[in-house]
Amino acid sequence: MTAPVPVVTIRGLDFAYNGSPILRNVNLEIAARDSLCIVGPNGGGKTTLLKLILGLLQPTRGEIRVLGERPEKASLRVGYVPQYAHYDPLFPVTVLDVVLMGRLDRLAIGPYTRQDREAARAALAEMGLADLERRLFAEISGGQRQRTLIARALAASGELLLLDEPTANIDAAAEEHLFEVLKKLNQRLTVMLVTHDVGFASKFFKSIACVNREVVIHPTSELTGELIRNMYGGDIRMIRHDHRCAEGGHCSHGLP
Amino acid sequence: MDFLNALADPAIPFLRYALLTGIVASLAFGIIGTYVVARRITYIAGAISHCVLAGIGAGLYCQKALGIDWFGPLTGAIVTALIAALIIGLVSLHANQREDTVIGALWSIGMATGLLFIAKTPGYVEPMSYLFGNILLISQADLWLVLALDTVVAGTALLFYHQLLAVCFDEEYARLRGIRTDLFYLLLLCLTALTVVLLVRVVGIVMVIALLTLPAAVAGSFARGLWQMMVLATLCSMLFISSGLAVSYSYDLPSGPTIIVVAGLAYLLVLAGKRLLHRRTGQPKGIA
Ligand SMILES: Nc1ncnc2c1ncn2[C@@H]1O[C@H](COP(=O)(O)OP(=O)(O)O)[C@@H](O)[C@H]1O
Ligand SMILES: [Mg+2]
Repeated sequence: MTAPVPVVTIRGLDFAYNGSPILRNVNLEIAARDSLCIVGPNGGGKTTLLKLILGLLQPTRGEIRVLGERPEKASLRVGYVPQYAHYDPLFPVTVLDVVLMGRLDRLAIGPYTRQDREAARAALAEMGLADLERRLFAEISGGQRQRTLIARALAASGELLLLDEPTANIDAAAEEHLFEVLKKLNQRLTVMLVTHDVGFASKFFKSIACVNREVVIHPTSELTGELIRNMYGGDIRMIRHDHRCAEGGHCSHGLP
Repeated sequence: MDFLNALADPAIPFLRYALLTGIVASLAFGIIGTYVVARRITYIAGAISHCVLAGIGAGLYCQKALGIDWFGPLTGAIVTALIAALIIGLVSLHANQREDTVIGALWSIGMATGLLFIAKTPGYVEPMSYLFGNILLISQADLWLVLALDTVVAGTALLFYHQLLAVCFDEEYARLRGIRTDLFYLLLLCLTALTVVLLVRVVGIVMVIALLTLPAAVAGSFARGLWQMMVLATLCSMLFISSGLAVSYSYDLPSGPTIIVVAGLAYLLVLAGKRLLHRRTGQPKGIA
């Protein structure tokens, strides 16, 4: 048997927005069914890294391979949950219609097939939203919206799942539930997730990538308070919302 | 009722044509109006409608001054509306910035060009009927054209309903799912342009925006999703146009402004009603 193709390979990548460098000399290899947590300060380039993997942005230098292909070609096999922000809060769209967007690539003209609808409903059920399909996306809670967007990514049934700060708007219970779901999904697909919550990250993820202009990867077992301080440039308060953190002792971050 | 008798009167066919046009065209108004309101591109529809005067002027000039019979005001209107839509679309897709400047410039340049053409057209041309519309001038031949435009617009918009919905709601994600979002955005603007031409025929250039957005805004207060909003907006548009026509006939008022005032009053009533309901139950209903 040959060695399996890595899900994501990045070699010598630089990226700049109109001349101002954002990412520098990134080298990354992610194996199938790995789970990678991406952390780093705001503006560090986490979203940019995901968009490069999706083929929405072109590197200034270097090479990206996703599932053995160029990112633009592979994007149909990648599930994506965008950073919760850029949605028009008044847009009249139902939850089911949002999830069906994950099946757009299979649609030629007219209505979706019954198969597409079933896949969308199954994805909603997997995220515990089965009874919300007729509700307006604008009317459900922030956490439910976040789960709807994850269901949309699941309905697309890719082999790689990218999530950009999916825990930013949800409470601790919803977050716990999300990680349960991700754990299950991780048995059949590769997961990359951006978060500020290093506490949860260490519990679930196999490796952790610190993105701050440069990208450094550590196995989660190497995670120490020192390391966390380094990746946030010393400002440890940014990740204070680790719920399992001892009073005042927020440097230990629930590490083993 | 007076209006109903008049509709049945064989001596005044134009009233029937007017009502029929309004009801048929409402399908396009409701569907495209919903997209325009949901995607928040009302100002683009406004710019396109003002550019239409350039086409109307050019058409009149070609017919009367140059003797080119096949290029009349309606052909001119369709061509300029489509050109304006493509210019605005390409600018917003590729230039990122200064989109509003381009839209504002097109808005007044279109108007100015139209007035210049009209000034140089031999014989007296009344710009008022183009600016403020007169649905009662619609002939049987016009009615066929309205029907054709309406079919094209509504048919295309419904066949690509899900693609257009996705492009309006989340352009980036639609692109990732392999949709040519730039082409669909241009398609939406072209459909808007054709709808604007229909609207100009009914209420005139100046009031296009109102009849395009008010029915959709009323519908948005009750609709549970885009599809319902389209159906409701179409029904509202039919209701506003026919009751506006009835009122204007009964009280001898100009039809365009009457239709708009009816639509505006309905919108205000719905807003006020929602306020009251909201205060009583504390439960927001629908959106917009
Ligand atoms: N469209 C853009 N044009 C120019 N600069 C951008 C754009 N998007 C992001 N940036 C810049 O790129 C840097 C990284 O952004 P981003 O990847 O969104 O950070 P993160 O997701 O880690 O918070 C930031 O400094 C931001 O200002
Ligand atoms: Mg980000």
